[in-house]
Amino acid sequence: MRWIWFDRFEEFESGTRAVAVKNVTLAEDHLHDHFPGFPVMPASLLIEGMAQTAGILVGEARGFREKVILAKVQRAVFHEVVRPGQQVRFEARIEQLHDAAAVTRGTIRCGATLVGEVDLVFSHIDQNLGGREFPEENFVFTEEFLALLTTYRQRGTERIPL
Amino acid sequence: MATMSRAEIFEKVRQSLVDALSVEPDEVTETATLFNDLGAESIDFLDIIFRLEKAFGVKISQDELTQNDIITNPAYQENRKLNAAGLKALKERIRDGDWATFEKDPSIDKIQSVFTVGTIVNFIEQKLAAK
Repeated sequence: MRWIWFDRFEEFESGTRAVAVKNVTLAEDHLHDHFPGFPVMPASLLIEGMAQTAGILVGEARGFREKVILAKVQRAVFHEVVRPGQQVRFEARIEQLHDAAAVTRGTIRCGATLVGEVDLVFSHIDQNLGGREFPEENFVFTEEFLALLTTYRQRGTERIPL
Repeated sequence: MATMSRAEIFEKVRQSLVDALSVEPDEVTETATLFNDLGAESIDFLDIIFRLEKAFGVKISQDELTQNDIITNPAYQENRKLNAAGLKALKERIRDGDWATFEKDPSIDKIQSVFTVGTIVNFIEQKLAAK
């Protein structure tokens, strides 16, 4: 469970929108390679952070029963770089939600600065099997993951109805 | 809403496909196939459906578009391939499809290869007429 690209939720409106933040730090190994002497958070990981924020929003909308998989990056535009010491704010909104899939729109900000815009398509994979079979257990929202969310709840974030 | 002409529907379908598949507008012709000509992958279908819903204000399910009632009917298939009766039923339902590839290998999970831009326009025409 180390592949988590945000640190906590700040806001969570079930089925509608979520805001998560991440503090970027030089203790993250990859920043020393991206790039040597010029550490900036890779855009691909900003997309991943948005996918996790939005993916949990989509998953929670159906009580974490569906296996929510990132199907497609509809649009990803970046305007600024993100450096160590900054706090990234991922805001995701559900635009369309189906039994089989969902579309989210997202903005990434550091303070008042718009860093990027990322729109995503998620698949509820069991509803889109196309003849293929996936394991029955929910490998996206695992017990470990749900336990982590419970921890958030117990840490005084009652206003976040997760 | 006033009735939309086929040309108007086509233009909106074209824009949806341009946005979903990053193709040039002039590549999107009535006879272009989504997969072979426009380079769609199966996952793009979800994106296309969402864009069409938004553009036309209709609800579309993937099952409806891929004629799930036919392709999951046991009478119409053997070993996950459509039989002659299934193919006939599908052809009656999907007009302006491109059947050349699918007829060689009518595997159910390759049904999407049949879809042309015209097929999508027909589908939307029917949806709007039923609204």
